[in-house]
Amino acid sequence: MLKNDEHIVLKTADLSIGYLTKHGDRVIADQINLSLPKGKLTCLVGKNGIGKSTLLRTFSKMQPKLSGSIQLENQNIDDISGVELAKKISLVLTERIPSSNLTVFELIALGRQPYTNWIGKLTKQDINFIHLAIEQTHLKDLVNQRCDELSDGQLQRVMICRALAQHTDLIILDEPTAHLDIQHKIETFKLLSNIAKDLNRSVLLSTHEIQLATQMADQLWLMTKDKIITGEPKDLIESDKINLLFDSKSIIFDKESNQFIMK
Amino acid sequence: MLFFLLLAALFILNISLGSVDIPLKAVFKSLGNQTVANETWNYIILNYRLPKAITAILVGCGLSISGLLMQTLFRNPLAGPYVLGISSGASLGVAILILGSSILGGIFSGWAQSQFLISIAASAGSFLVLFAVMVVSKQVKNTMSILIIGLMFSSLTSAVISILAYFSSAENLQQYMFWGFGSLGNLTWNELLIFSSIFILACFLILPVIKPLNSLLLGENYAKSIGINIQKTKNLILMATSLFTGVITAFAGPIAFIGLAAPHITKLILKTSNHKLLLPASALLGANIMLISDTIAQLPNTQYTLPINAITTMFGAPIVIWLLVRKKKMVL
Repeated sequence: MLKNDEHIVLKTADLSIGYLTKHGDRVIADQINLSLPKGKLTCLVGKNGIGKSTLLRTFSKMQPKLSGSIQLENQNIDDISGVELAKKISLVLTERIPSSNLTVFELIALGRQPYTNWIGKLTKQDINFIHLAIEQTHLKDLVNQRCDELSDGQLQRVMICRALAQHTDLIILDEPTAHLDIQHKIETFKLLSNIAKDLNRSVLLSTHEIQLATQMADQLWLMTKDKIITGEPKDLIESDKINLLFDSKSIIFDKESNQFIMK
Repeated sequence: MLFFLLLAALFILNISLGSVDIPLKAVFKSLGNQTVANETWNYIILNYRLPKAITAILVGCGLSISGLLMQTLFRNPLAGPYVLGISSGASLGVAILILGSSILGGIFSGWAQSQFLISIAASAGSFLVLFAVMVVSKQVKNTMSILIIGLMFSSLTSAVISILAYFSSAENLQQYMFWGFGSLGNLTWNELLIFSSIFILACFLILPVIKPLNSLLLGENYAKSIGINIQKTKNLILMATSLFTGVITAFAGPIAFIGLAAPHITKLILKTSNHKLLLPASALLGANIMLISDTIAQLPNTQYTLPINAITTMFGAPIVIWLLVRKKKMVL
């Protein structure tokens, strides 16, 4: 599969991730060679504790990598400053935001911080980007509400909108559909898929929703103990590679219902 | 805007009231640098009441700014200079000077009387504790742990103070007690000059953190993801807070409550979390509360002056309780 380098937003080479401890490095995964294309929704799946969050945190420089390299738009990620990185990668995290008087508009406007001056004054252009993001995520009715008063589903949409306002080529989301009911899960996936295709962004998310991921994702990353298997969902299902996701023999992927079942 | 008008009114009220009855007209004349018939009135206003009112404003501003910075940095509505042990550090410095001198005796006993040395001891104490907190906070990433460590530091310092108090003379103990009540008076114009220069320096330190403060409302990870240098922000906030608290405790004693209450009252009134608005508003409200407290403390038309610390708490604590009962929630 040969692709033009211009369409690759992020690329890793022999990346090794994990934690630096006093007794040496604790490697969680190594020999990672992945690439993220523009305009595609990529879903990272894997069982609990396999290192999905560690991988996402390493991509966004929240956590130092152990070895190897990460290229972001043909630039080594080590050479990119915090503010510059914030113009290239935006994040939606699993952590709850602390209770405050922030309104929805103010929270979304925080996404413009990498671009604003020292006191954070919003220019006309910033305001335009914010309104555009609000329109794209259909949040117009909520802008003046306080974030504390939102439901989990609404808040997640606001956080995605904030990431959009940050105007980055790459959006990384750590389990964006946790805590949501099935309707909001589907809506979130649809929204993210639209963002990737219509706005030509690269969207990477980790999730446990295998069924939705196989339906919506353009590319799946199966994180297993030994390696990360990549491919289009239908290929991974056809070749039975998807069964490597869980090491238990009693759980298999059922091709008809498109989900894992007990044998 | 309303806060500004209130501040001006309270400022005049504060200056015109005191143990000596001075008519309002004379107060305005004196402030306007015109000759007043009564020389004594003029002296009282220019050398006693005016510096005291300015001190009240600086103390109120500085403490509420410190409180607001701590609350946002630690994302904990209970944070404040007291909780981090910075005020206790200042108290420890003064305790060692005043109480320690009675144990050691000799040449040290003279030192305890000097206002200047007390100021230095208080600043040194608060810097020491803050430095310790900063060193520890480099090791510990969790902000909740830093709060607990701050509490431990303040427990440690009060333990040391208890031991010192046990061995010191009644006279020195009383002197330390009086310092602990807090006092806005006693500042000469020269001391006020030192006070305000350090104060302005601290104000400049917080200018670059206004923007990061807003992003810290989302938590440290989000703040980092929108390009904020967390370590630099933390250092600036801790430095500014120690300057504010150190210099205030040095010159006015450990003033309780304002640092915690003023930011909360401001948040509840303005219903905003935007620090561009919140910082100046809290500072003004803190100054207002301090002026009111001082006006009450000097018990107009009597000779008595109550401890300012008692007034700030008696005045403010019920307000916070009332606001909380009504609103049911404390937010950042």
